[in-house]
Amino acid sequence: MELFVFVVAAAMILAGAIGVVVRSHPVHAALSLILTLFGVAVMFVAQEAHFLAAVQVIVYAGAIVVLFLFVIMLLGVDRTEDMKTEPFKVQRPLAVIVGLGVIGLVTAAVVASRDVVSSRGSGLVTPDMADPDSNIRQLSRSVFGNYVVAFEVTSVLLVVAVVGTVLLTRRVKPVVKEAS
Amino acid sequence: MLDLIWLIPALPLLGFVLIFLFGRILGEPKAGILATLMVGGSFAVTAGVFFDLLSKSAEERRHIFTAFSWVPIGSLKVDLAFLADPLSITMALFVTGIGSLIHLYAIGYMHGDPKFSKFFLYLNLFVFSMLMLVLGENLLVTFLGWEGVGTCSYFLISFWHTRESAATAGKKAFVTNRVGDWGVMMAMFLAFGATGTLSYGGINHAAESGALSAVTATAIALMLFIGACGKSAQLPLYIWLPDAMEGPTPVSALIHAATMVTAGVFLMTRINPVLTVAYSWAPTIIAIVGVSTALFAATIAVTQTDIKKVLAYSTVSQLGFMFLAVGSGAYVAAIFHMVTHAFFKALLFLGSGSVIHGMDHEQDMRKMGALRILMPVTAMTFIVGWLAIAGVPPFAGFWSKDEILLFAFAKSPILYIVGMATALLTAYYMTRQVIMVFFGEARWNDHSEEHGAHGDFKPHESPKIMLAPLVVLAGLSVVGGVMQLPFSSKTHFLEKWLEPVIKFGEADIHHTWADEHKYLLLAVAVVVALSGIALSVLVYSKKKIAAIEPEIMTQGWFYDRAISNFMGGPGRKAFEGVAWADSTIIDGAVNGVGKVVEQSGGFLRKSQNGSVRSYAAAVGLGVVALLLWFFVRGIML
Amino acid sequence: MMSTLMSAATPTTTWYLVLSAVLFGIGTVGVLVRRNPLVMFMCIELMLNAVNLSFVAFAKRLGDIGGQTTVFFVMVVAAAEVVVGLGIIVSIMRKRPGANVDDISALKG
Repeated sequence: MELFVFVVAAAMILAGAIGVVVRSHPVHAALSLILTLFGVAVMFVAQEAHFLAAVQVIVYAGAIVVLFLFVIMLLGVDRTEDMKTEPFKVQRPLAVIVGLGVIGLVTAAVVASRDVVSSRGSGLVTPDMADPDSNIRQLSRSVFGNYVVAFEVTSVLLVVAVVGTVLLTRRVKPVVKEAS
Repeated sequence: MLDLIWLIPALPLLGFVLIFLFGRILGEPKAGILATLMVGGSFAVTAGVFFDLLSKSAEERRHIFTAFSWVPIGSLKVDLAFLADPLSITMALFVTGIGSLIHLYAIGYMHGDPKFSKFFLYLNLFVFSMLMLVLGENLLVTFLGWEGVGTCSYFLISFWHTRESAATAGKKAFVTNRVGDWGVMMAMFLAFGATGTLSYGGINHAAESGALSAVTATAIALMLFIGACGKSAQLPLYIWLPDAMEGPTPVSALIHAATMVTAGVFLMTRINPVLTVAYSWAPTIIAIVGVSTALFAATIAVTQTDIKKVLAYSTVSQLGFMFLAVGSGAYVAAIFHMVTHAFFKALLFLGSGSVIHGMDHEQDMRKMGALRILMPVTAMTFIVGWLAIAGVPPFAGFWSKDEILLFAFAKSPILYIVGMATALLTAYYMTRQVIMVFFGEARWNDHSEEHGAHGDFKPHESPKIMLAPLVVLAGLSVVGGVMQLPFSSKTHFLEKWLEPVIKFGEADIHHTWADEHKYLLLAVAVVVALSGIALSVLVYSKKKIAAIEPEIMTQGWFYDRAISNFMGGPGRKAFEGVAWADSTIIDGAVNGVGKVVEQSGGFLRKSQNGSVRSYAAAVGLGVVALLLWFFVRGIML
Repeated sequence: MMSTLMSAATPTTTWYLVLSAVLFGIGTVGVLVRRNPLVMFMCIELMLNAVNLSFVAFAKRLGDIGGQTTVFFVMVVAAAEVVVGLGIIVSIMRKRPGANVDDISALKG
């Protein structure tokens, strides 16, 4: 069962990712992103991170992508990007090198250490009928216990982000000089 | 008194400072009296130190007074220290003694000169430098004095600097000395590199104990000899001394007869252990250079007409004798001749100064004559000096010259023969000078109009302040030989006194042919001196034989002209080549580095194209590289 | 037969990590290749998701809830970052519609 879930979710993720990179129309790219995000949410559930799966869908897919779509609309819907030309000749080969390099090296590292990494985990308290929301309980204990300072700072960060963005995107009205 | 040794150079330095600050206020003659008192005080302290040393036993006659630590850099530790031992005190004695006599004389000689105070300023500075030179405990203090006397020599030679020839002569002296200074500096570097110290005690000890290799010792000794050639006017660096006669006569007497020019001989004697452990051809070279210079200069002196130039070439010649002694291992004889030469040469110079003063600044001997009648004291003292330098017993010069020739014979009869020939010439030209100046017919009236003299021009005797030093020096020239009489080892006072300093290097000539027949050689020396005098009388006084004064000798064998041609022609090309190399290659290299940086900067600038994506690509490459490195590290471990 | 296939292998942590690496790589390529600023931003979000995935995988493996906490915070910060970033893009791109990243090259050396 797990294998099936993994394969399907992985397919969603990869298809969506490639779609983001390849599609020339930005709205199509945003929709591919949603596919990827859903795939990741499924993966989260498989890894017994239920709360995070929910947050992923609500925040990422629900808010962030919507925000992307708003801005795409604001700045022009039907402008597609010309994927055929590339002003820096060396950019595409470099991108391939970088991409393959990253994938290859990290995979190699992970595979080389699979004895250490890969044994069956334990310890995460799994939710069952007796205690259906234990994941969220654990997570909240961690956030509000060990990482409460980070939590507070993050809330400050959010306020700053909001205020900053409002300031950034303000249209300044031209000042009218009074005739003397 | 030994702890007051620092007073010896400090007093003239004080005199220099006081005259520097108050010279114009003091004026004539107070500035001169102050200067003389300072040097006189120095002499008194030196005498005190001398008696202190005398009261000690021979091994203890070595006292070092350290003023302060001068250069403490890493392994180089040089102190400003003074060394009181027989050699340095002997030098200090006659430097301060004759120095004070000459200061006294100069008060009279420089009377009326507008730069009176400045003269004594430089004279005191000179005495200070010379005392630093001889009292120094290490090569660096000596070098300080060495450079100082060179500088003062420049100041004093070109004292009347409005005269073109005087200014040129000063420059010539300085530049020639500088060539010699290079040798001294190289020797200092070598000595420090080989022994790790610059102090004489350290260097000589290294030589005596065999820690100094023959190659290094030879190099050090020959480099110092180059310096000595420059300072003591030997071939090929003698050319500045005849021109240095442009300076006032007291300068010629003090610097170019008695003190500065002997610095080279002093230095070689100081490092005699080093010279002894060098290859045996090194002292031979020194002896050959010395005796050749002696002969060369004597031939030129025969033909000179300027009263001071004769004495100048004579000085070069006598210095050659001293180096002959050094080269033959006769350090005692060299010092002996240095002292006696100081006496009679200073006397001769001061006497000639008196003549010049009395003749209203006329220096051409052809315009003099029969002066003994009008300048009796000057004539008497001059004659004493003449007899001393000619080598007539019992005057001082005879004993010292004979001692040198004895050792020269023991080293090589050829050196002896050349030395004897020079002695003959010395007697010859000095007699010529005495005859031309003091005897014969009075020739001064023939050219009296050139002097601007109205009516009768009569040479007059000099004032007493100038005559007193002459008398003192004449007395010393008579009795000075007592220091080292060759008759028996009981009379070898100077040798016993100097023994701790030179015992390692002094040549041992007992049981050589020369030593066993020394009375024969003594007699030969007397005969040679008297025949030189007789020959000269025949030529110049009785006019029985024609005088041989070829042009080539008058012009100094065209040495000066040869040097100017060389320097003007090939020399100039060489200098221009070096200048070209400096501006093109060296400056070019430096500028080239700048250009390379500029151009590589321009090339690298192109990567800053302002495009975010290329920057991102660069970052990505960096990430891959990092990952690769970590991966490889992980695999390796 | 299907059941045997399905029970033949269970995904281990390694698989998740490899998947995360691939996703990250695709995101990197996207950032480098695309010129539309919004799409570049989306590719950055891909990279963030890849990292989240690997954190969660490790949380499961090591039994430590701290991995999930980290993901929690990453999501919050990603949200804030998107807000500010889009605000910047809007204020720059407003004046020139249809512009792409290559046109903002005033910091040329």
